[in-house]
Amino acid sequence: MIPWLTIAIALPAIGAVAVWALARAQAPAADTAQRRRSEAATGGGTDTITEVRPAGPAAVGAENAKRAAFGFSLATLAVVVAMALRFDTGAGGLQFEQTHEWIPRFGVHYAVGVDGIALVLILLSAVLVPLVMLAAWREHDDREDGGAGYFALILALQAMMVGVFAAADVFLFYVFFEAMLIPVYFMIGRYGRGEQRARAAVKFLLYSLVGGLIMLVAVIGVYVVGGTFLWTELAGPGGALAGIETELAVWLFLGFFIAFAIKAPMWPVHTWLPDAAQASRPGTAVLLVGVLDKVGTYGMLRYCLELFPSAVSAFVWPVVALSLVSIVYGAILAIGQSDMMRLIAYTSVSHFGFITLGIFALTEQAQAGAALYMVNHGFATGALFLVVGFLIARRGSAQIADYGGVQKVAPQLAGVFLVAGLAGLALPGLAPFVSEFLVLVGVYAFNPVAAVVAVIGVVLAALYILWMFQRTMTGPTPEKLSGLKDLNLREKWAVGPLLALLIVFGLYPQPLLDAIDPAVERTVQIGTEDASATDGATAEEGGEG
Amino acid sequence: MDPMNYIVLAALLFTIGAVGVLVRRNAIIVFMCVELMLNACNLAFVAFARMHGDIEGQVIAFFVMVVAAAEVVVGLAIIMQIFRTRRSASLDDANLLKN
Amino acid sequence: MAVTQHHAYLAAEPAVATAADSPVLSFAWLLFALPLAGAAILLLGGRRTDKWGHLLATVLPIASFALAALILFDLLGRAGDARSVSVPVYEWFAVGDFSAGVNLLVDPLSISFALLITFVGSLIHVYSIGYMAEDPGRRRFFAYLNLFVAAMLVLVLADNFVLLFLGWEGVGLASYLLIGFWQYKPTAATAAKKAFLINRVGDLGLLVAIMIMFAVLGAVSFSEVFAAVPGASDGILLAIGLLLLLGACGKSAQLPLQAWLLDAMEGPTPVSALIHAATMVTAGVYLIVRAGPIFEGAAVAQTAVLAVGAATMLAGGIIASAKDDIKKSLAGSTMSQIGMMVLAAGLGPAGYVAAIAHLITHGFFKAGLFLGAGSVMHAMNEGVDMRRYGGLATKMPITFATFGLGYLAIIGVPLLSGWWTKESIISATFGVGGTTGLVLGSAVIAGALLTAFYMSRMVFMTFLGKPRWEEGVHPHESPANMTVPMVLLAIGSLGLGAFLMLGDRFAGFLAPAVGAEVHHFSVAHAFTAPYGIAALVVLVLGVAVAWAMYLRKPVAQVAPKGSFVTVAARKELYGNEINEGLLMRPGQVLTKALVTIEDKVIDAAVNGLGAGVRDSSSGLGRAQTGFARSYALTMLFGAVIVAATLVVRL
Repeated sequence: MIPWLTIAIALPAIGAVAVWALARAQAPAADTAQRRRSEAATGGGTDTITEVRPAGPAAVGAENAKRAAFGFSLATLAVVVAMALRFDTGAGGLQFEQTHEWIPRFGVHYAVGVDGIALVLILLSAVLVPLVMLAAWREHDDREDGGAGYFALILALQAMMVGVFAAADVFLFYVFFEAMLIPVYFMIGRYGRGEQRARAAVKFLLYSLVGGLIMLVAVIGVYVVGGTFLWTELAGPGGALAGIETELAVWLFLGFFIAFAIKAPMWPVHTWLPDAAQASRPGTAVLLVGVLDKVGTYGMLRYCLELFPSAVSAFVWPVVALSLVSIVYGAILAIGQSDMMRLIAYTSVSHFGFITLGIFALTEQAQAGAALYMVNHGFATGALFLVVGFLIARRGSAQIADYGGVQKVAPQLAGVFLVAGLAGLALPGLAPFVSEFLVLVGVYAFNPVAAVVAVIGVVLAALYILWMFQRTMTGPTPEKLSGLKDLNLREKWAVGPLLALLIVFGLYPQPLLDAIDPAVERTVQIGTEDASATDGATAEEGGEG
Repeated sequence: MDPMNYIVLAALLFTIGAVGVLVRRNAIIVFMCVELMLNACNLAFVAFARMHGDIEGQVIAFFVMVVAAAEVVVGLAIIMQIFRTRRSASLDDANLLKN
Repeated sequence: MAVTQHHAYLAAEPAVATAADSPVLSFAWLLFALPLAGAAILLLGGRRTDKWGHLLATVLPIASFALAALILFDLLGRAGDARSVSVPVYEWFAVGDFSAGVNLLVDPLSISFALLITFVGSLIHVYSIGYMAEDPGRRRFFAYLNLFVAAMLVLVLADNFVLLFLGWEGVGLASYLLIGFWQYKPTAATAAKKAFLINRVGDLGLLVAIMIMFAVLGAVSFSEVFAAVPGASDGILLAIGLLLLLGACGKSAQLPLQAWLLDAMEGPTPVSALIHAATMVTAGVYLIVRAGPIFEGAAVAQTAVLAVGAATMLAGGIIASAKDDIKKSLAGSTMSQIGMMVLAAGLGPAGYVAAIAHLITHGFFKAGLFLGAGSVMHAMNEGVDMRRYGGLATKMPITFATFGLGYLAIIGVPLLSGWWTKESIISATFGVGGTTGLVLGSAVIAGALLTAFYMSRMVFMTFLGKPRWEEGVHPHESPANMTVPMVLLAIGSLGLGAFLMLGDRFAGFLAPAVGAEVHHFSVAHAFTAPYGIAALVVLVLGVAVAWAMYLRKPVAQVAPKGSFVTVAARKELYGNEINEGLLMRPGQVLTKALVTIEDKVIDAAVNGLGAGVRDSSSGLGRAQTGFARSYALTMLFGAVIVAATLVVRL
């Protein structure tokens, strides 16, 4: 038996070390003169559109390191795809399981295993990483390492992302959950954009750490109560946590939930995201919003719901209310933004509202829609961030006011932007529609009012996307933009696969849904069964519809 | 002989050492005073071991000696470095860690 | 009253077509797949397809039309009640007991629409070859047109509401792309966004309606939903009906979601002809007729449909009467005519045939009128102000002739296409009987009066009278690839109505599919009945008034101030101002307020927490003096306290 998940974790991890070493070995001395030169070229005049070409041995070394990193990411993608093809969509429960003792004294295991939801999220990360690398290829040419360090960080992050979704041990999950912060911190703080990047990185780190530490308490609590960290032994009707008191379950649930809500990000603990997105390179933002934040919503499903089913009913209404606020609030805030990166970050707050709403509506359609939404949102928002990245690469700005009439000089860029935007507003035929529709249909069965409020977000989505498009892409082309170049081949390859996936999964999402569905059936069942088992009042609230 | 006398002596030595640490500025002298306090503790340990007929106190005294030896090595090296860079062995000059 | 018994698909599940029993029907998906492929090839192929792309894009809808014709003959070869055929293609997505399939419903209603869409669509593709010849974005234009045809066919061929929604939003997208085709014009970009947004509000209605259908009726496919209607509560049917009406209002530019249509005239004229006159804007009528069983079960919703239709019919007519922009005047006319169809559809089974028949004939003559307007604009250096037209009849004889035929058809000159279908609507409204029938019938007669007036005004100002051209304008007839489609549409304006209505041909064909009642159309009765005479009287009256105002007297080159009615009509009855005051400005205020709250309250709270921690730590940091001996003193104190505590405790 091939340890697929371990390979998928180890491969990028090894890659990260190798790339880092390669960059070190090939570029021993910092070529400061070249660095100064390039800085002058990019920082001096914001009107320079030409890309800075690297030169000299350092650049060659960086180039090789980046190629190696790209190779590792493609290899990981191949492994993950091969694994996905072997996934049995008919079977519930975890697959590709592996369990080894890690710290026997505390019952900590290296235990991995995926169900359909984790699998599609791992697929998402594996697809996004090589594309992000392609898009970021020239972003750091003005640095002495040519971006090789950035690529190494991406690989390190990928290893942890696969790990966090694959973990079947609560402690292992916690370790990956916290360790992910480190590469992201450096990707924002060191390789980010703008003056505020260090501050944004610290804000992100502190926010996440606060959540993480609260979760740590809950993790320890789980061990104290359940006597094991193994997810398979804890969850389920016969699991170690099945019989615990509701009050205790509520507290433990809350401990996990706060961490996940911050990660998700849910109103009102979302304010780190716009800052982080604005200070991020678009590639970082893709991984941050596209994959990393999904850990929050994934954790709600996998840990909050499945470990503490008896506590769910107490949280349904508060979380639904917060989700609705997130949906409308995020959308309105997005309308009011002048920076595209911030705008997209706020749209994500709105979209994450849909996901959490779907999860806590506790109907099969809503939860399947929410799980699918996680993947689709990764593709759609990823594409949007990448396109904004192409604009930044050309003009050095993400301000909407700096653009206009781009369509005339760069029609392909505008076209890609439009398709990505339409995916963001969930146009039927593109992937996000299916998930948003399922969430809405499922939520309506749970509560009509909630569904109708959420639908407002659908209308506002059209406004923030199309208004941004109108202000940046249409109208007369200003003089300063007349030399703007259209997409080059590398950029097309970076964003093209995402658009293709958006269309394919928009017209034929069933393979993903087939993978997701058994897992969802499990969570929906657990949520309702246990609620009805404990007492009637809870059942009425938790399993309504 | 009453073992209590040794305890009193240890207390006296400790007090002398503590006062020395607090009032002297010269790093070498402070250092010697710290040694004095350590040895006062040793004396107390040995005295108590004798009083209770228990070997553990003496064992700890040996531990303290080993630690003190290590401390002397590291401490003196630090003082040497400070003196070399600043031409002064005054403790009050070495306040880089202040807020 | 068992109103739903007419529906063929309620009596029995529609027969499922297989390749064996009907090879033509099993390829029904090619109807939309062909133009979709065209759009994909043109968009992905890029400049390589510049040379031949528009030709490919023109051939594909023609091929779809041919296929639709084959399917029609296949259907005609079946018994009257066996003409509803479901054609499953593949399962789109399914979770639990929810399932949405890409399944097609081929029945007389959908195939009528498919024929209209592909026929008019093909003609407009041909016309566009000439119209867009000089445009650098011609390939993109044709790609969008193909995309539109594909989406519109999905809309009408869908056998469930979710797939219908896919087509519904798809045509919205195509409309957005085509209105904003000349994106460098800020007005065009704004109009496109406005159209999409207002449509989204309508789509919201459709979306919520689908949610209710699944949650309450347990299905989203037409046959299952309608089968569940008899068991549904009145409240649910009312809610679904009103929400579907909201969707229809958005797409068909009915009150109160009408404001986008006039702005949509920013798009190239072929677009206005195809999307904003002949096909897309009629989707609302299609939806109301298709969802007939729901409306028939909800009387209040049906009344709402009638009210919306009547109000829009009159409002559109008033707007059309005051606009000097030829395209906007035609757009007002479209609103008005669709209002008439919506009204007819709101009558229930009695009006379905009339509504759809008028929709089809209207598709022909209104498309012809728009193409004529495009031809005129081409000749007038893209000028749209009718006050600077005049006397074009001699310069552009073919355009004048075809436009004239469309004009005579739309105002309802007897025996031309429009007369047949408009008479059907009038007769259906009066057929309701009682006060309702009288009120609705009078409204339609009033609408006919307005139609006669504004269309005559348009023809008089454009083709007759003295030239009022701007300097440097040299009108000329358009090339053949533009005039041929106009001629074909004019032939439709001339004879299609008679073809459909004589011998109740269309009624007999359509009725089983939508459960309509068949009312015999009697020519003699149409001339002798009071309402028929009234219609003729208002026709003459409208033309006479227009003649008195715009032909007898010279037309001013600058619009006179006019009465407050004229001013209001010119301002589109303040629709934009209402939207602005009720939605846009409060929305802007809300956005600003929330942005402030975000920065000043939520984020400030977080940052304040951080600052608090930082300040307190720097305060504590002051205790770190750097003097080793003071640390030692502190330690000593600490040790003493610990020791003292121990001593006291022990």
